[in-house]
Amino acid sequence: MNKGSKLAMGIAAISLLLVGCGKATSSTSSKSSSSEALSGKVTAVGSTALQPLAAKAGANFQAKNSKVNLTVQGGGSGTGLSQVQAGAVSIGNSDIFAEEKAGIKADKLTDHKVAVVGMAPVVNKDAGIKNLKMAQVKQIFTGKITNWKEVGGKDQKIVIINRAQGSGTRATFENAVLKGATAVKSQEQDSNGAVQKIVATTPGAISYLAFSYFTNKLQAVSIDNVTPTDNNVENNKWKIWSYEHMYTKGTPDKATAAFLKYMDSKAVQNSLVKDMGYISIHDMKVTKDAKGTVTQN
Amino acid sequence: MEQTNFQLKQQKTQSNDWSARLHHATRATREDWLGKSISYLCIGVIILVVASMLWFITSKGIATFTQNHVSLGKFLTGTNWAPDQGKIGALPMIVGSFAVTFAAAIVATPFAVGTAIFMTEISPNKGRKLLQPVIELLVGIPSVVYGFIGLAVVVPFMRSIVGGSGFGIISATFVLFVMVLPTITSMTVDSLRAVPRHFKEASLALGATRWQTVSRVILRSATPGILTAVIFGMARAFGEALAVQMVIGNAAIMPKNLISPASTLTSQLTTGIGDTIDGTLPNNALWSLALILLLMSLFFNALVRVIAKRGQLKHER
Repeated sequence: MNKGSKLAMGIAAISLLLVGCGKATSSTSSKSSSSEALSGKVTAVGSTALQPLAAKAGANFQAKNSKVNLTVQGGGSGTGLSQVQAGAVSIGNSDIFAEEKAGIKADKLTDHKVAVVGMAPVVNKDAGIKNLKMAQVKQIFTGKITNWKEVGGKDQKIVIINRAQGSGTRATFENAVLKGATAVKSQEQDSNGAVQKIVATTPGAISYLAFSYFTNKLQAVSIDNVTPTDNNVENNKWKIWSYEHMYTKGTPDKATAAFLKYMDSKAVQNSLVKDMGYISIHDMKVTKDAKGTVTQN
Repeated sequence: MEQTNFQLKQQKTQSNDWSARLHHATRATREDWLGKSISYLCIGVIILVVASMLWFITSKGIATFTQNHVSLGKFLTGTNWAPDQGKIGALPMIVGSFAVTFAAAIVATPFAVGTAIFMTEISPNKGRKLLQPVIELLVGIPSVVYGFIGLAVVVPFMRSIVGGSGFGIISATFVLFVMVLPTITSMTVDSLRAVPRHFKEASLALGATRWQTVSRVILRSATPGILTAVIFGMARAFGEALAVQMVIGNAAIMPKNLISPASTLTSQLTTGIGDTIDGTLPNNALWSLALILLLMSLFFNALVRVIAKRGQLKHER
């Protein structure tokens, strides 16, 4: 083999790779299985808040259905919704209702609620804050209150750590707390992990996190003397929570439908969901719709 | 007769052979042709990739102005960045990007030039054995590691010294300083080594001290090369996303000082891209930021070319 042909093969390999990259994300082959064994390819993309649960459940599902090729990826709720709308993935994971996102045609998508996530304000331990009134939280995030001593804490400047604009967690928090008011411009971080680390180490910092990200280095704040616990979310005493959605477009293929059914099964809802810090959809005593209206079950 | 006949015959077959050889491509020619076509194919692929990227980013980037009808002036001079509410003033990010870039270049250049002079003029041996590997190592460290060190070390350090939250332009400058230092240093070393030996010899022969030779002859003659090095460093700083995003705080507000949280074009892009929907204003606005980044890197490249040309003219005179 001379140099020329080696080079030519190299180029061929690279161009194959290039072509492959373009196709890899959009291939959702749905081979119909003749026997009872499920097969096919399921891709679930989107919300990073749902990703750990989806990945764990996906691994368990695949252990039982070895012929199904199931991939779970992050990328953000926006990515999940736009990818499933474009038909590029089988499942779009999202923290928010499709109706809440501009540019998404919600009536074309089918919603599967798979879990509930509670969120609470978290502050740096030095601030000396354990409880706040809802109105005070709003005033802090809109920039009306700038020092912890105004709400009974230390004489320390408040450092607001927000989530990125368009993030599902931020949308949930702003719907429940700000109710239409605009948050003051401040630092923005793009992940729960970054927020967790920064609030723990920055004096005077406040942000908000999903319950599963609480650590003993942070102070989770009660609102109007309601503590952020799963039980309080289930009966809607704690107002800051959202569903974790898995959206599909059109009729899902067999493997996707089976996976969605598995997500709703007792095996997942009663053990895996709780173990990983989420709240089971079966335990909810209330229902929230896309407009935020809550009704008793 | 027989002999001549034989000779003629031989000549004839030989000439036949030669004509066959001359009329058909030899192995060398075929290899030449193959090599040429492979090179052209490679060039073609690269040009195609570059052209399609330029087209893609440009067409996406101008959609903000053509589809969403945001005026270019408002985009470039507006200071309110809230794409979800339809407000896309990109000035805070543009200012932030330039601030960290220039600050990092200003801090890094003296260190880089000093190190380069040490490595080429003062102690070439130590330079080659000790400093060269260190600098090459610095180039190889992934930017997420720089960012992580920045978050764990630089941010708390700045917080304890200047107060505030520690996130801001000054922390970003510090991290970028370390990141662009190897780029500027190694390119400066190259340009110092490229100074013709007789320049130095002539200077020393005229009785100039080593310091005079370095500062007035070698640095002077290597100036275009050093400027090119600085601009390459600035291009790297301007395009760095991850490390900057981890330490700058990502607040889309006009930077009032060096210690309050700010944001850059790249940090806004990486934070926002996962939460926007294709074809909507927030997504298009991010593509417009990407277009600014692209234009700036083209500008940096053009600047390098201009400087290189001027430097050449000087040497010819």
